[in-house]
Amino acid sequence: MTGSNIPALIPATYILFAILIPVIGLWRSEITRALALLGSGIATFLSALGFINYIQSGEVIRYYFGGWMPPIGIEFVYDGLAAFIVLVINAIAFLVLIHSKEISKLEFPGRKMPYYTISMLMMLGFNGMVLTGDLFNLYVFLEISSLSSYALIAIGSKRAPYSAFRYLIIGTVGGSLYLLGVGFLYTVTGTLNIIDMHAMLPQVIGHSAVVGALILMVIGVGVKAALFPLHGWLPDSYTFASSTSSALIAPIGTKVAAYILLRVMLFLFGVELIDAQLPVTTIVGIFAGVGILYGSIMAIAQSELKKMLAYSSISQIGYIIMGISLANPFGFIGAVLHVLNHALMKALLFLVSGSLRTKEGHSLITKFDNSYRKKYPWTMVAFTTAAISMVGLPPLAGFFSKWYLALGTIENSNWMLLAVILISSLLNAVYFFRILEKVYLNNPDAEEADDAEAVSPQNNEVGFSMMFPMAVMAIGLLVVGIFNAYIVNVIFTMFPAGF
Amino acid sequence: MELTYIPLFAVLVSLAAVPFILLSSKKPNLREFWTILAGVIKFLLVLTLLPSALQGNVIELQLLEIAPDLPLVLRADTFGVFFALIASSLWIFTSFYSIGYMRGHHEKKQTRYFASFAVCLSSTIGIAFSGNLITFIIFYEMLTLATYPLVIHSENKKAIAAGRKYLTYTLTAGLLLIAAAGITYYLTGTLEFRPGGIFGDVELSQPMAITIFLLFLGGVGVKAGIMPLHSWLPSAMAAPTPVSALLHAVAVVKSGVFGVIRVVGFILGPDVMAEFGLNDILMVMAGITIIVASLLAFAQDNLKRRLAYSTVGHLSYIVLGAALLTETGLIGSIMHISTHATMKITLFFCAGAIMVNLHKSNISSLNGIAKVMPWTMAAFTIGSMGLAGLPPVNGFVSKWFLATGALEGGMFIPVTVYVISGLLNVGYFFPIIHRAYFKKGGEELEGHTEASPFMVVPLFTTAILSILFGVYPDLFFNFFDMATTVASSIFNPM
Repeated sequence: MTGSNIPALIPATYILFAILIPVIGLWRSEITRALALLGSGIATFLSALGFINYIQSGEVIRYYFGGWMPPIGIEFVYDGLAAFIVLVINAIAFLVLIHSKEISKLEFPGRKMPYYTISMLMMLGFNGMVLTGDLFNLYVFLEISSLSSYALIAIGSKRAPYSAFRYLIIGTVGGSLYLLGVGFLYTVTGTLNIIDMHAMLPQVIGHSAVVGALILMVIGVGVKAALFPLHGWLPDSYTFASSTSSALIAPIGTKVAAYILLRVMLFLFGVELIDAQLPVTTIVGIFAGVGILYGSIMAIAQSELKKMLAYSSISQIGYIIMGISLANPFGFIGAVLHVLNHALMKALLFLVSGSLRTKEGHSLITKFDNSYRKKYPWTMVAFTTAAISMVGLPPLAGFFSKWYLALGTIENSNWMLLAVILISSLLNAVYFFRILEKVYLNNPDAEEADDAEAVSPQNNEVGFSMMFPMAVMAIGLLVVGIFNAYIVNVIFTMFPAGF
Repeated sequence: MELTYIPLFAVLVSLAAVPFILLSSKKPNLREFWTILAGVIKFLLVLTLLPSALQGNVIELQLLEIAPDLPLVLRADTFGVFFALIASSLWIFTSFYSIGYMRGHHEKKQTRYFASFAVCLSSTIGIAFSGNLITFIIFYEMLTLATYPLVIHSENKKAIAAGRKYLTYTLTAGLLLIAAAGITYYLTGTLEFRPGGIFGDVELSQPMAITIFLLFLGGVGVKAGIMPLHSWLPSAMAAPTPVSALLHAVAVVKSGVFGVIRVVGFILGPDVMAEFGLNDILMVMAGITIIVASLLAFAQDNLKRRLAYSTVGHLSYIVLGAALLTETGLIGSIMHISTHATMKITLFFCAGAIMVNLHKSNISSLNGIAKVMPWTMAAFTIGSMGLAGLPPVNGFVSKWFLATGALEGGMFIPVTVYVISGLLNVGYFFPIIHRAYFKKGGEELEGHTEASPFMVVPLFTTAILSILFGVYPDLFFNFFDMATTVASSIFNPM
């Protein structure tokens, strides 16, 4: 049955299209977007198929490449968690690529072929990272995705190459630290397979190399996930990259890194061993908590929408990592659910900022006014939905991941982190309602001028290619919120051993 | 008879009216027709639940699991029907009044106004019929958001500042409530509203009990206006008067005190409250609020702000009544939800009528207005008498039970608080009446007559209702019977 080949077929689709797009693109560059859509569409379809298959059978597919048994060969482990994450990132990528039509014309005319090629490569890397069951193979995919995202970020405004270069330096250091950690573990255990190594770790957990490896891997992946204080590369990269690149990287890139952190902490080491030598979960939890507050506060201080969203990402990734660091079932549910929720919310918000940029030529919050309500009514409804979800008001999706995270902190009696969740929700409200107020209310200072200028703004709503993905995501936020119990029941089956 | 779905329909009917309201924004008469229609249907739906509520029956509808083991439940128990009846019946009056007020005042954006109002009512009925805390929280937050456009309605600096303040207070409250719900759920494994509380077998430590209680208090105390969490309410008077009348005297603030009673009687339960001395905390805070708010009311020259502080004080009557933990006290407390509603909505209606008709909002400028607006001022007098606790207005009945409840528990300080506050009420209301009737009005009053019937009829009707309910509390809706049923279910859980 094809079901068992799905783990290999998903990355293979991206490889195929990463080759097809430049070849055909040299001949006709205008159909590259259609090809990229086809590629990510197939990948999304396959991931949906695989996820449904998993829900029905609960079966974990272990795909051995070339028929070589691990630990000699490389395997892909398509368990529930991987199936879920893969579906999320491919579906988001598909929607963002639909949205990219207008922006690509505007922000990088003539460079569509490289853009779509690289985005396929990047998705290949991300999918590979999620699926692989081999630590070194993971590094290879990490580098594929990283190199592609450096390139994607460099396609943007004049300052983009500079911020991409900075990201390249920091990101490479992060990748190298991770690789160093893997090397340490390999010298001690003699294997690179995650499941195999998990079985061996209890015997060698006291070894100083294992402790060193854990530290190196957490820091290395933490850089990629923009875990505070390793987030320095993120704000500028997201801000100056093309709007569609940031919409593609922001919801997916850091999530995948957080997922790796989850794999390393809860699956490779596991709940019993992770704190055996050092209070790793406590330390990571503290950094996550500080990051949540730091990101929210910095977001309030920004006057540019994309930069605000970038800082907000740092804060939100903190939620996911906090959930992981709680190392209990509620925290795990919260973290996994927040991967989905935040991917939807942040992609939607970046798409809104992209839509505004194509229409207005900027996304400066200071220049927002109440004409937007008339000009882009539905875009603003989508923005409002995402904003309310970010603040965490029920019944939108954002509430429920916070609810599970809060339950997780309560289970650990970690009142500091509970307070962090609550405070950060309020800070979110501050930076979103600030914008909503500008968009929906008259400016009281300019009241006279408003009446004098009787020219009422015309409806100038974005086209279908931009509206459709935004609408899907906004409705998705409501649907995920109301029916989250179904998703959570599936997440129950994804728990690592020891819960 | 199939009653199961009626709570759901009662919640949804005003929500269903929203698209119609929005679509008929160009035709004001049609638009207002939808509001009235939804109001009447909603009221009738709630009314069909009354017979079963009087028998103490519970109609429950489980909608879906919002999270594993946490269903979204609509449940029309006696207390819920009680609150829903008050909110939905007064909405009809307010809708008529709104037509007169909004058109008389030439307000802009009336479509947004009526649409938000409808959402508010859906949320309020949802709060009334919430069968567990998670459902309550969802409607509670919905109410917060739906009220916001009404608070900032005039979109001037003052209104926007009030809107910010309102959101800051209520969103913080919502978060505290969520935290409280989280801890409760973790400890008890349920969030159901159960008469007598859900903490039955749970071992609580003193600090834990106080933490949970304070989180809950922060959560529901903001909307209930318990000091020091009250200051959004006077600011929110920047909203149009019908909003102040229905939302800031009935729906929103009563949702707060409704929440207080839900927490005290249905989540924590009287036993837990008494065991850890939580009722003492509540009593002290409510007592201080009653006195301080009454004193602050003296200092307000703006009529609506004086009424707002009076509301803050009277909300704490209800809270204090719940904190007494005696059956009679709770009856008085629940009764005061209904009596204060009819009285205070009358007073706000009067304030709005004066504002639209004479363009006066300060008490110092009300000299002699009873000559031009006799009906309005008569209603105002009835409302004031009721709030001061004078018979035959219904305020007397609830206050009587509140005071008796305190005596029953052997608590003399609360009785003193009620008595002093009654005197203070006389002190800050009667100068207004005195000005209106006995001082000579200025020349600007000449040529003015009574306000539009759209305003005068509702305000006079609610005043008459206040008297009728004072003479015969079980008239029409059996408010008294319901209050007794609720109180006895909490103190004698099955």
